[in-house]
Amino acid sequence: MNTPAITSSILLADGVSSASTSSHQMNSPHLEFKNLSVSYGPKVALRQISIQVPKNTVLGIVGPANSGKSTLLKTINRTIDFISTARVEGSVALAGEEVTTMKNVYALRRRIGMVFPLPVGLPLTVYENVAFAPRRIGVHGKAELDEIVERCLRDSVLWDEVKDRLDMLGTKLSGGQQQRLTLARALSLSPEILCLDEFSIAIDPVTTMKIEDVLMQLKEKMTIILVTNLTQQARRMADHVAFLNDSELVEWGENEAMFNRPKKEITGRYLNGEFG
Amino acid sequence: MDRLEKPIEYLVRLCGWSSIISVAAIFIFIFREAAPVISKINFIEFFTSTEWHPSKHGEPGEYGALALIVGNFAVAGVAMVMAFPLGLGAAVFISEFASPKVRETLKIGIELLAAVPSIVWGFIGLTVISPLLVDHAGAEIGTNLLNGSIILALMSVPLIVSISEDALRAVPDSYREAGLALGANKWEMVARVLFPAAKNGLLAACMLGVGRAVGETMAVLLATGNTNQIPHSLIDPIKTLTATIASEMNDAARGEEHFQVLFLLGILLLVITCTINLIADLVIKGMKGKANA
Repeated sequence: MNTPAITSSILLADGVSSASTSSHQMNSPHLEFKNLSVSYGPKVALRQISIQVPKNTVLGIVGPANSGKSTLLKTINRTIDFISTARVEGSVALAGEEVTTMKNVYALRRRIGMVFPLPVGLPLTVYENVAFAPRRIGVHGKAELDEIVERCLRDSVLWDEVKDRLDMLGTKLSGGQQQRLTLARALSLSPEILCLDEFSIAIDPVTTMKIEDVLMQLKEKMTIILVTNLTQQARRMADHVAFLNDSELVEWGENEAMFNRPKKEITGRYLNGEFG
Repeated sequence: MDRLEKPIEYLVRLCGWSSIISVAAIFIFIFREAAPVISKINFIEFFTSTEWHPSKHGEPGEYGALALIVGNFAVAGVAMVMAFPLGLGAAVFISEFASPKVRETLKIGIELLAAVPSIVWGFIGLTVISPLLVDHAGAEIGTNLLNGSIILALMSVPLIVSISEDALRAVPDSYREAGLALGANKWEMVARVLFPAAKNGLLAACMLGVGRAVGETMAVLLATGNTNQIPHSLIDPIKTLTATIASEMNDAARGEEHFQVLFLLGILLLVITCTINLIADLVIKGMKGKANA
C-alpha cells in the first residue's frame, strides 16, 4: 500500500501530474502505474508513466495512434509477456500487489477482463465463448454456467440477439456482435478491472451508447480502464482522463478539469479535436 | 494480351479437369485388366476366405483375400494409433512451445524424415526393429504386424506433423492472445482454442496419414513378414493387399487369371483409399454444416 507521502513524492517527480492530482483524494488506488516505462527493442513505447486509478472509477486513456495506449493496457494483464522484445521497467500495482513480477499470471489475468480493438470470436459456440473462462476455473454446473452466460450476454447487450442461437459458432456473428461477445467473455469471470481497448471501433453508435450505459452500471462492481480514440466517449464516461502523446503522459486529471482547464495547451487542442 | 485471355483460360481449365480425367482413366484401365475375372470369381469366397492359392499351369486357383484385407487394415490402424498422438503432439510442440531456433531444427529433421525412401524404411524394419521385437517383445518372427505398424507410423508422422503444423500456424495470433488473456494456461489454450480453430487442417493431416499407411507397399512388404493369415496378436506376421500385388506380380503372366485377380486387389485398394478420402471430406463438410446451422 502506498502512503500518501510516497505517492505525492513520486507524482512530484512527474512534475506535470502533481498539481492536478492533489485535488483527488486517493488513499489506496485500485490500480497504480509508477514510473512505468516499456520499450520494444530500441523503440520506446512508454516513458515514465505514473497514474493512479481509484476503485470503481473509469479512467479514460486518450491519445493519437502509437502513443502507447494499448501497451499500457498490456502491462496490466501481462499480455505484454507475449512480445518477446518488450522490456518493462517501473511498477504496476493491482490493489497494492506488484503485477510486473507476479508469479501466477493466469490468476492475474482472471482478475482482469480485456476487450481488444478488433472482435475476436473464439472458434467455439456463442455459449462456449462465454463459458470458456468459467469452465477453466472449475465452474461446471449447467445451471451455474447458464446463469453466467445469460448475465454476461445481457450485460454486453447481446442477449436478445443471440438467445435463440447459443450453439451457433461465435465467429459467425457480425463484427459488432462479435465485439459484444468479446465483452461478454471478458465479463465472465466478474473481473476487478475491465480494460477496453477502443471497444467501439466495430460497433454502430446506437449499440455503443447502449454498452456505455451498461459500463456505467458495471462501474459499481469493477474499475474500468477505457482506451479510446473518441475524446467524446472519454468525456461521457471517464472519471479521470489521461492524455498520452508520443509515449509520454502529457497530463492526467479529473474529467471536467482535463476538458475545461487543461494544464497544457496540446491537451486542450487534442481533446477539442484540433489534432490527432 | 487480350487475345491471349481465352487460350489461357482454356489451358487452366484443362489443368483443373486433368485430375478428374486422371482418376477416371486409372479406374478404367485397372477395371479393364481385371474385367475378365470379375464374372468368374466367387466374391463370397474372395471376401470371406483366407485361402489364397493362385492358379498355376491352368489348374483352378483359390482367391480368398480376407486375411490380406484384415492385414492391410490392421497394420494401418495400429500405425495410426501411434502416429496421430505422436504427429499432433510434435506439431503442437513445434508450433506453440518451441523457440524459433528449435522449431527450425525440428522442421528440418521432419523434412528429412519425409524424404527417406520407403524401401529404406523397409530395411530399418528388417534390420533394426525386427531384432528388437524378437529380443524384447517375445516375437517368434521379428517381421510382423507391430513392426510394419511402427514403420508406417514413422512414415506417416512427418506428413501429419507438417500439415498439422501449417494448420496450427494459420490460426490468427489474436485467438491465442484472447484465450490466454482469459487466464487459460498454454495447454488449455491449445486444446480449447487452437484445436477447434484448426480442426479441418488437423483432420486433413490425419487422413493423409491414413492414406499413406493404407497404400504403402515396399516398407510393409519387408517389415510385416509376408504371411497370409489373420493376426491374433500384435506380433503375428501378416500380409497386406499392397504387398501381395508387389510380390506376386512378377509370377503372374499377363492375361492369366492370377494377373487379373491381382488387378482386382488393386481395385479394392483404390476403392478403400477413395472411401477414406470421401469420408474425410464428408466429416469436414459435416463440421462446417453444423457450424452454419
